[in-house]
Amino acid sequence: MSVDVSVCHRYGDFTLDVAFKIEQPGVTALFGPSGAGKTSIINAIAGVLRPQHGRIVARDRVLYDTAANICISPRQRRVGYVFQDARLFPHMSVERNLRFGWRRARERAPEPEVRHVIELLELRFLLARRTQGLSGGEKARVALGRALLASPDILLLDEPLAALDTARKNEIFPYLERLRDEARIPILLVSHSLDEVSRLAGHIVILRAGNVVTSGSVFDVLSDLNLPDYTGASPYGAVIGATVAENDTDTGLSTLAFPGGRLVVPLLERAIGEQLRVHVRAEDVMLSLEEPHGISANNILPAIVSGLRATTALHADIRLACGPTAILSRITRASCERLSLKAGMAVFAIVKSVTIATANDGPRHD
Amino acid sequence: MWLSPPEWQALLLSLKVSTVAVACAMPFALAAAALLADRTFPGKALIDGILHMPLVLPPVVVGYLLLLAFGTRGALGSWLLLHLGIRFVFSWTGAALAAGLITFPFQVRAIRAAMEVVGAGLKDAAETLGAGPWDRFVNLTLPLALPGIVAGAITAFAASLGEFGAIITFVSNIPGETQTLPLAIYSALQTPGGEAEAARLAVLSIGLAILGLLLAEYADRRARAIAAR
Repeated sequence: MSVDVSVCHRYGDFTLDVAFKIEQPGVTALFGPSGAGKTSIINAIAGVLRPQHGRIVARDRVLYDTAANICISPRQRRVGYVFQDARLFPHMSVERNLRFGWRRARERAPEPEVRHVIELLELRFLLARRTQGLSGGEKARVALGRALLASPDILLLDEPLAALDTARKNEIFPYLERLRDEARIPILLVSHSLDEVSRLAGHIVILRAGNVVTSGSVFDVLSDLNLPDYTGASPYGAVIGATVAENDTDTGLSTLAFPGGRLVVPLLERAIGEQLRVHVRAEDVMLSLEEPHGISANNILPAIVSGLRATTALHADIRLACGPTAILSRITRASCERLSLKAGMAVFAIVKSVTIATANDGPRHD
Repeated sequence: MWLSPPEWQALLLSLKVSTVAVACAMPFALAAAALLADRTFPGKALIDGILHMPLVLPPVVVGYLLLLAFGTRGALGSWLLLHLGIRFVFSWTGAALAAGLITFPFQVRAIRAAMEVVGAGLKDAAETLGAGPWDRFVNLTLPLALPGIVAGAITAFAASLGEFGAIITFVSNIPGETQTLPLAIYSALQTPGGEAEAARLAVLSIGLAILGLLLAEYADRRARAIAAR
């Protein structure tokens, strides 16, 4: 499954110098601001860019190695590339676009699999259409299908949602989630949106000015107190993997279980046992030294302070351990001093609200 | 019909010469356009300049050069006659060669412009989907450049119909063999009492030219509509 990338490339006064490994299937996000080198990396993997130095191995095939003078041509790399601007062939119908790579694949996907991809991306009613009349979201779906049907070893998605407005993004998201859950190949997602990353990715590589600043599981990286240094933004807040434990129609509440605690949320239309990702914004977590009573918040989690950081002149970010699960809280520095917070202290985290997305973080059955 | 048999002959010969000229030059024009589009290599400007020579040289000079090369005593001409039995001088095929050469730049320019519109993005996409260079050329570049190819062919065809200097210099003015419309008009004007014939042929030429331009304009618009997507 593994993908091993180590690339050094200089153009103009920009130097791309990165090395990372993807050991697990599922989605790995390349995250960073524009100009960080994200697209250059996947261009190098696809072979559209030839770095001056580097070695790229995907699923045990050496695609590129300057030291050994190996450079597999893009057409033989078996890399599915979904470009930001879809790049559908304008003189072909949707179906001919979809079958372009399929027809040229070394081993063509069998017909039931082709139909499955068409169903997965709900393309059946578009097949006869020309590509000009398609909406942005439809184009993105066709581009995804076209790449998948070429039976690639690895799928590269270059900001597939960037060109879409919020409504269209929400329209495409379920398809990407299905793809994440069904594709048995590593997916590399280029993104500059932590929302996208936190919903889709299992792993994240953070880039800045051509270098990898940190990488790891989405849960670890998003609860890293230093993340604002890497992203240049306020802390995103922790993401917790949880499963639906209880749906109570009487109280109108669902209970979500996660390692180290439970969360109660307004009733969800989700089956018991379904895996979810819960985004807990740092601003939405208050801290109390004593267990609060007579409070409207549904979720009061006992936790241990595992890290503190005075991130700005006014704010401090606190990392909390609820068992093995980490969450973040952003409070004022004044509050931090008043409570005399220190690592190892026991506190109660009052979670005001959370955001929920579907997930597939459980063991995989390949 | 208001055309006399010799006039009909000139018209049909013109159409035949132009059709053969455009059709035979097209593969070379496609190759030249593909070479020059989307690519930089040393000597590109030189090749580009040489390909444009027929456009800037006086047609009489082109005809003279053809005569030097393809005349029965010319290097190419004697070889072709000896080994393949092909003779260009005093033959309608020579007229087609001259017209094809003179109008070659029209084809190259139109095709090249259309090919450059296709752009590297779509070709990269096709390559990651497993398409090799020839595959990309046939299935991507050619169909997308088709309106440009058609526009170039129509322009070249219309210009071929009007070619005079190169044809008369290279293959002379032989009725029924090399006397195309412009040459027939010239001959009619040289003949006492031939003014009416010249006028009829001139009207015919003007009509053909306008029709050609309209067709080229239509093809060009189609090309732009595709490029604007």
